[in-house]
Amino acid sequence: MTAVWAMIVKEFRQLRRDRRTLAMLIFMPILMLVVFGYAASFDVKEIPVRVLGPAADRVAAVLPAPFEVEGVDPSGGREDAVTALTDGEVPVIFLTAKGGLRVLVDGSQIFIATGTRAAVSSITERAPGGVAVEVEVLFNPDLETSAIMVPGLAAMILLFVGTIITSLGVVRERQAGTLEQLAVMPLRPADVFLGKIAPYFVVAALDMVVVIVAGIWLFDVPFRGSVLALALGAVLFLFVTLGLGVLISSVSENQGQAIQLALMMLLPQVMLSGLIFPLSSMPAGVRWIGYLLPLTYFVEIARGVMIRGASIVTLWPSYVFLAIFGAVVFGLATLRFRRSLAPAGRRRHGAERELEAVGS
Amino acid sequence: MSWGVRGMTVRFGDHTALEGVSLEVPPGRVTTVVGGDGAGKTTLLRCLVGALAPDDGEVRRPEERRIGYLSSTSGTYPDLTVRENLDFAATTYGLSATETRDRAAIFLDRTGLTDAHDRLAGNLSGGMRQKLGVVRAMLHRPELLVLDEPTTGIDPVSRSDLWWLIARAAAEGAGVVLATAYLDEAERASWVLALDDGRPLAEGTPETIAAAVPGTIAVTAERPGGDASRRSWRRGSRWRTWTPTEDVAPRGARVQPDLHDAVTVAALARELEREAVGGEAA
Repeated sequence: MTAVWAMIVKEFRQLRRDRRTLAMLIFMPILMLVVFGYAASFDVKEIPVRVLGPAADRVAAVLPAPFEVEGVDPSGGREDAVTALTDGEVPVIFLTAKGGLRVLVDGSQIFIATGTRAAVSSITERAPGGVAVEVEVLFNPDLETSAIMVPGLAAMILLFVGTIITSLGVVRERQAGTLEQLAVMPLRPADVFLGKIAPYFVVAALDMVVVIVAGIWLFDVPFRGSVLALALGAVLFLFVTLGLGVLISSVSENQGQAIQLALMMLLPQVMLSGLIFPLSSMPAGVRWIGYLLPLTYFVEIARGVMIRGASIVTLWPSYVFLAIFGAVVFGLATLRFRRSLAPAGRRRHGAERELEAVGS
Repeated sequence: MSWGVRGMTVRFGDHTALEGVSLEVPPGRVTTVVGGDGAGKTTLLRCLVGALAPDDGEVRRPEERRIGYLSSTSGTYPDLTVRENLDFAATTYGLSATETRDRAAIFLDRTGLTDAHDRLAGNLSGGMRQKLGVVRAMLHRPELLVLDEPTTGIDPVSRSDLWWLIARAAAEGAGVVLATAYLDEAERASWVLALDDGRPLAEGTPETIAAAVPGTIAVTAERPGGDASRRSWRRGSRWRTWTPTEDVAPRGARVQPDLHDAVTVAALARELEREAVGGEAA
């Protein structure tokens, strides 16, 4: 019994020293509950639609919830509808014609598509005399989950390799005591930085190719857009995730802290990027967090390019956001990294170590 | 060109790790920095190689390419083999493949590491790993070779291998500085700087330091009683007692002091002086 007690006391003492872990143990569950509780919803409450065709004004005037009319164009036809869906401008288009009403739905947004189907059938049932409405799902007609999950998984793999694996790189050198050795070797911080991320860059890129090719072969996931468009998005996204990895690594004292921080960066991205739960079903506040996460934009690019065949021209805002994220994160990581390698910056770390040595 | 530090002071918050320390490191000379734990050895060495910026004082060191450094924590990657560790260092320092191979072959052979060529550094014994660390640090013919406690916890055979490497580096023209907590080992160097609590305690060749001991040292089987017990220390199975003045006859057989005795006496003298000042102040 005394032995167990000694062990318990020792563990508590060690836990108390690791303030960051302690803070995470206390605050993370609360934060996660609040944010994810609001985010974790498959129910689509609002579906933005555009109404096209001769009777567009009349239909737009009577469309009930959950549909939110965002645009009306009586002169628009099917071609305009398909272009708007491909470009991701709206997920649903009501196309009026002489023969009746046709609803075109973007199948890359599964929850919106199923929500639209359900809403349309409830409208037709309630309508007196019956209205002929036909729902047509584009890009992913069978609403296969694998079609949207494979591009999402590719994105997650880049995030995982880029952030978690890379975050261990610098901190491992710090823990092994080799970081100081590197600091006095004829290596510029940029040499160390690039040398650190290059292997992970290659591995992550290979991983992504494998996932996408396997997805196409095994799950018949379509690849409608250009490989170049996806590759450009992937490179930009990788810069963000690798930079994030190095940044985490250079602010962490040990591998445990690095992993915790990396998970803290990863979880919100997985939950709030639209990868699993549709952004449109999140409350505005939580949705805005999603817009601040790089994964949101790469998921948009990967799904847009692969499933809808969207081009760089129509997806440009996502590319620009990723480039901005990349520049900011990379800049911060480089600065921080320089500090851990330059003598002036090493004073503080050195001081802590030295004082510990003196105190012992 | 001589390397070294002059009037160096390093503070960590309120704690002064080094104060007014100077050391010349001419080419071809092996200097040992001795002192107990917390004496400031590592701080001095880190400043010398540029891993730490001093608060005050001057440091002269060659460009990074011409420095070899083995830190006290670790000098090698445990998940790389002996060969891979050396390759990494050689490439970083711009050594040609032929030169790397030739020099590595000589050093590894002389230190009994040839058969361990393809073993992971993490699987080597402590002594082998330290030898690899020193080989790695001197492979590129540095002008300044700084080794932080390379022989701590190493068996006598490996230690003698390490000293062969150290002598070889000096013979190649490097100014060598190594920290050690072992006074018997410090005697092998041609120059010694003893530190105590961040300040220089004694400096010179081992012989001049030993010769400068004031008073006499006597050996007894038992620890002397009374006031003398404060000036005595155990060495091996016997006790040594320092008597500061010549006119008081010491008990026991007189011995010629060596470096070990000299540094111990210097530390004792400083301690007694501190106590005396403290006593007066009180």
